[in-house]
Amino acid sequence: MSKEEFISKIKRLSEEKYQYGFASDIDSNTAPKGLSEDIIRFISAQKKEPEWLLERRLKAYRHWLTLEEPHHWGKISYPPIDYQDIYYYASPKKQNAPKSLDEVDPDLLEAYKKLGIPLKEQEVLAGVAVDAVFDSVSVATTYKDRLKKMGIIFCSMGEAVQEYPELIKEYMGTVVPYMDNYFACLNSAVFSDGTFVYIPKGVRSPMDLSSYFRMNTKKAGQFERTLIVADEDSYVSYLEGCTAPQRDENQLHGAVVEIVVKDRAEVKYSTVQNWFPGDKNGQGGIYNFVTKRGVCFDDAKLSWTQVETGSAITWKYPSCVLKGDRSRGEFYSVALTNNYQQADTGTKMIHLGKETSSLIISKGISAGNSNSTYRGLVRFSKNAKNAKNSSKCDSLLIGNKCGAHTVPVFEDASKTAVLEHEATTSKISEDQLFYLEQRGLTEEQATALIVNGFCKEVMQKLPMEFAVEAVSLIGLTLEGSVG
Amino acid sequence: MPLLEIKNLRTSIGKREILKGVNLTIEAGTTHVIMGPNGSGKSTLSNVIVGNPLYQVSEGEILFKGKNLVEMTPDIRANEGVFMAFQNPVEVEGVSYASFLKQALNAKRAYLNLPPLDAMHFLKHIKMRAEALNISNDLLKRFLNVGFSGGEKKRMETLQMAVLEPDFCILDELDSGLDVDALKEVSVGVNLMKEKQRAFLLITHYEKLLEYVKPDFVHILKDGRLVQSGGKELADKVYKEGFGVFE
Repeated sequence: MSKEEFISKIKRLSEEKYQYGFASDIDSNTAPKGLSEDIIRFISAQKKEPEWLLERRLKAYRHWLTLEEPHHWGKISYPPIDYQDIYYYASPKKQNAPKSLDEVDPDLLEAYKKLGIPLKEQEVLAGVAVDAVFDSVSVATTYKDRLKKMGIIFCSMGEAVQEYPELIKEYMGTVVPYMDNYFACLNSAVFSDGTFVYIPKGVRSPMDLSSYFRMNTKKAGQFERTLIVADEDSYVSYLEGCTAPQRDENQLHGAVVEIVVKDRAEVKYSTVQNWFPGDKNGQGGIYNFVTKRGVCFDDAKLSWTQVETGSAITWKYPSCVLKGDRSRGEFYSVALTNNYQQADTGTKMIHLGKETSSLIISKGISAGNSNSTYRGLVRFSKNAKNAKNSSKCDSLLIGNKCGAHTVPVFEDASKTAVLEHEATTSKISEDQLFYLEQRGLTEEQATALIVNGFCKEVMQKLPMEFAVEAVSLIGLTLEGSVG
Repeated sequence: MPLLEIKNLRTSIGKREILKGVNLTIEAGTTHVIMGPNGSGKSTLSNVIVGNPLYQVSEGEILFKGKNLVEMTPDIRANEGVFMAFQNPVEVEGVSYASFLKQALNAKRAYLNLPPLDAMHFLKHIKMRAEALNISNDLLKRFLNVGFSGGEKKRMETLQMAVLEPDFCILDELDSGLDVDALKEVSVGVNLMKEKQRAFLLITHYEKLLEYVKPDFVHILKDGRLVQSGGKELADKVYKEGFGVFE
């Protein structure tokens, strides 16, 4: 983009007046399409946010206008997104702050049921507290009271802004600042809702905290903001799972997850991502452009586990900033792509403290015409004396039209780093498939079995209820990949 | 109706014809052996019956319970009741033997419109059979064939056979790579499986196995054709005189 185009874009965007008269639309609680300062003010007003937060949003928005969209980056390419053709705020109708599940719109509950997330049963059976995000507003939160007694805060970001503004003000944006990257910046301007978790000093969360995200309203770009703060000597395991119904048009998802792990605390963050990947010809699907990062203080530990099977494009690098001495970061990843999916994912381990350590285990599986890239950065700063990293990146190819790429980058300014790196690429052998088929498995079942075996090291890091879902997801995603 | 009927079977790999018109009828409750020199087409025959995609059938039929196997995918043949104990069972990392067996058994049950076995009933189902075959639980917990000795792999093939209960079992070079003790143990497993609704086809070029698994019929395969059929005495003849005497 030339400087002139640049200036005219800023001019155009900033002069653009809101053209739909959304004051009359307020009943629907949906902001009209498009992005402008007015829209941001609308979102902020709808959420009754304090002035400082609106200012932060506007600051991010103004910065975003100066940025250029990175639509050819790494192995990813996609047509430019029309940001004026997206709804930035939508909430389900009849939403009236339900106090219990009984007050939740039965249609919403039905939709969750179809997604296999029966909140009611989950409440009883799974012992998992759920903060369910339907489009942009939380409609149900369970187990909050029990957690509250321990001092654990687990609520929607919207609620947190109202109830715990000082915590939000203190931590939000400290791990992923608004100028970090194009999509994180956009998120900082327009984030709709998300989850806030605070674990007080010395407290171990008695259950996995789980948040299910779902997109529903047509063209509702989702910009969640998740913030987890684990205070000294605390522990929490957080699960994030995603599903979206089939759509023809691309939907943009630009979430930001920030995690603060204080001295000697430990956070486990697990994700199963199975958003609509587009059809078998590559039409439709979600653009999943996410920024996830955590910072670890002394002796703290953060581990990311992800199973990525969905989205047309996945673009994320859950990272650990190992700021404190002896802190540890772990990254376990399965990225499975089929048809025309693209995945460019990996991690960044930034070693700043002494004797910090990190572990990376990445399993990439490509089928159909898809492309999967592992991209990782392990950086040892000058002060990160005697730090170490171990990385293992394996790729598995199914068929002849897919691609797998591994781009590991190591930088050592400490001169004392210990590095182990191992990478393999393999194909499923005809012999293996035939053997399993001779035992009565279809080619697809046989493939899924081999793929699940290949991912074992990562899958076993998932909490039990997630692991089961993830195994069946792998089978689902591989449908049509063989034969 | 015979359990298996092979009619004028011709197959090739690429342009090379391997089986040049094989005819063979196997009745339920019988044990057959095919012997032949290296390259005679023994392994081809067994692989063609189970539908290995590496081999193309150019002519002929393989009727199993009256249905032509040639038109079925390998998994359907398996679920119809055709089993092959592999000469070289493959290894699959990350897949536990027990979970693989459970999936295989439930695939067959689904094909037969039976409900899947839950974990408890499945464990009972395999435990009983593993004990009968003197197979330790540890092998079931390990990844499929990974790091197994030759003997362990072969014994586990017989366990799979016992678990899946096929009507027609091909034992492809079951004796290869086994010492006498292991061979005995594997044979016990096979003999336990002998029942009147089931038939066996043993592929071997080595008669030792036949001391433990008694065949009803012996066939000599040479250059893609069955050149002679008879009883156990044929195997003795091979032992004494080699394959040269058969034309």
